[in-house]
Amino acid sequence: MKPVIEVKGVHKSFKTVKAVRGIDLCINEGQFLALLGPNGAGKTTLVEMIEGIQKPDKGEILIMGKKWKGNENELHQLIGLSLQETYYTDKLTVLETLKLFASFYNLPVERCLEIMDIIRLTEKRKAYVVNLSGGQRQRLSLGIALLSNPKILLLDEPTTGLDPLARREVWEILLDLKKKSNTSMILTTHYMEEAEQLCDYIVIIDNGEILKEGTLKQLLEDNNGENIVNFTLEEVHISPELLIGNKRFNIQWDAVTGRGEVVLSQLENELPEFLGFLHTNNLRIKHLECQRKTLDDLFTSLTGRHLHE
Amino acid sequence: MNSFFRYKQLLQLIITNFKEIVREPGVLFWGILFPILMSVGLGLAFTQKVNVVRKVAIIEEKSSSALHHDSISLKQYFQDASLAARDTVVDGTAGFTYTLLNDKLGNTTFIFLKTNWDNAMIWLKQGYVNVIMKETNGKVDYHFDPANSDAKLSYILLSGSNDKENADQIKPLTLSGTRYIDFLIPGLIAMGIMMSCMWGLSYSMIEKRSKKLLRRMVATPMKKSHFLIGMITVRVGMNFVESFLLFIFAAFAFDIRIQGNLPALFTIFIAGNIAFSGIAIFMSSRTSKTEIGNGLINAVVMPMMILSGIFFSYHNFPDWGIMIIQKLPLTMVADGIRSIFIEGGGFAEIAVSSLILTTIGIVFFVTGLKIFKWH
Ligand SMILES: Nc1ncnc2c1ncn2[C@@H]1O[C@H](COP(=O)(O)OP(=O)(O)O)[C@@H](O)[C@H]1O
Ligand SMILES: [Mg+2]
Repeated sequence: MKPVIEVKGVHKSFKTVKAVRGIDLCINEGQFLALLGPNGAGKTTLVEMIEGIQKPDKGEILIMGKKWKGNENELHQLIGLSLQETYYTDKLTVLETLKLFASFYNLPVERCLEIMDIIRLTEKRKAYVVNLSGGQRQRLSLGIALLSNPKILLLDEPTTGLDPLARREVWEILLDLKKKSNTSMILTTHYMEEAEQLCDYIVIIDNGEILKEGTLKQLLEDNNGENIVNFTLEEVHISPELLIGNKRFNIQWDAVTGRGEVVLSQLENELPEFLGFLHTNNLRIKHLECQRKTLDDLFTSLTGRHLHE
Repeated sequence: MNSFFRYKQLLQLIITNFKEIVREPGVLFWGILFPILMSVGLGLAFTQKVNVVRKVAIIEEKSSSALHHDSISLKQYFQDASLAARDTVVDGTAGFTYTLLNDKLGNTTFIFLKTNWDNAMIWLKQGYVNVIMKETNGKVDYHFDPANSDAKLSYILLSGSNDKENADQIKPLTLSGTRYIDFLIPGLIAMGIMMSCMWGLSYSMIEKRSKKLLRRMVATPMKKSHFLIGMITVRVGMNFVESFLLFIFAAFAFDIRIQGNLPALFTIFIAGNIAFSGIAIFMSSRTSKTEIGNGLINAVVMPMMILSGIFFSYHNFPDWGIMIIQKLPLTMVADGIRSIFIEGGGFAEIAVSSLILTTIGIVFFVTGLKIFKWH
């Protein structure tokens, strides 16, 4: 099957910054891909190059096998997008805004009504854009992206700045779309939950480069097989040497809070062994928890920073 | 199919643009009410026979009362004044007033304030009075700056007010077409075209760019030319309505008439719109900062506002200056409209200007489009 979008060795620099430094991507039909990275990672620059808004300094971008140059009209028809920030005209209503954009694709008014239903703004169709909440505005932006039933959807931080509820509303619209169509999507975000919830393929980028990519499962499993186990003990006064200087296990112990952390590479064998070790030392477990690895942990282990820094 | 597609797109662009403009409350004020208010304000200030108050400082000779209101000399001046002299006190200074009645020039009330020389000089410097009457040996001397035409006028009125014979020679200009308001209204229409294009088009374009709306719109199959044509069409339409309303108002309030050729008027109007739309597109072709846009627009608009003879004739400038001023787009539009409104002109008077204006507009538009920043 021919890929829907191919990005090959793309570079882009601004005066002093190398925003994108050699990125390759490949998206197939129906695939939802997340570009996950902190602010300034180069996500916007990359998607805007795919959108044909910016031109790469080096490398090639093919959409349905076609370059942007000379195919603008055709490619604009295929792509629905929402930019990181767009302020639609304040004093136009939701319906009027949709009708304007629908006219660019030669779509009938019925399609606008349909879209308003999908983005759940039918009640707000006569409200001025200026009076919409942040979440409603993002949904309108999404609605405009979806108007033409695009084969390719490119969304730049569609939920940034929204509260969890409003974010979830956007997610539901996109999950619904995934079920009902074979649209391909690239979504940029710095929320790991968003990438996890919506996308089958996640590309972690930082400083204009891909750090790691794969499905969520691949990314989390392929983590040197390390598991972090947190525990607290009934006994308060323990000699720290017993835990910290331990040769068998890599234990960290905080005497003040009474919390410990141990890194185990193989839970099945090593966890019972660890429990046995505590037992033989007459230490009773009060609480034990196996920490779930997250994309943020992965990002931290790769860069030493957090996604939200 | 293809042409229908474009027509629908252009129609939507025009409709939304129109709605966007009329929903902005400022539009109604700046576009329609403001020019009318300006015509009222300036029209009344310069056409009405107004009652003027002129203050004069008088300095009496000691032990004399030659300048008292009973004095022969002043009585003689004001023998025609039908309002009798009255004693008055202005800001703590004693004096008296006389009113000269004149139904053609308007009434003039003189307030004579008694003072000494030093104080009179201070008043003069402050502009509180501009003529000092000083009595020496029973005769009255007038002290004033001859370069100050207002002072000169006071002097002429005071010294010659008893000269009844000349009164019949005054023929006030009341004929339609020769008054200040006749000069003003075409200028206001020309200014309206410029302001409306420059602020309406440039500013809203820059705003759309800074809000990333421009970027979003060109990421669709929208035709860029349609976008610009839509904006310009709406703007020209609005200009037409604004000018028309101003004219209608002036026709009722001041009895303004268009004495020349209507199609020619329409031609110069459109040519002016083309010129300023082109300039506006050019001015807004690059920047995405509204502050910079502000500065750019003012840099274009301000000099023309002052030089192009909108409010006062530019014929007081030196000759070389007039040469340049007459080449400014706003001057061409204002002079063109004026020639049709008040000189009864037709195509012959506006053909060259219209051609130049159209060319200016097209050159700026095409250049602007070449360097236009959509993203
Ligand atoms: N137009 C521009 N001019 C100069 N620098 C830019 C421009 N756009 C982006 N950058 C820089 O490129 C880097 C990547 O930015 P961006 O692609 O917006 O990151 P992200 O969307 O991941 O937050 C940042 O350092 C940013 O400052
Ligand atoms: Mg970004």
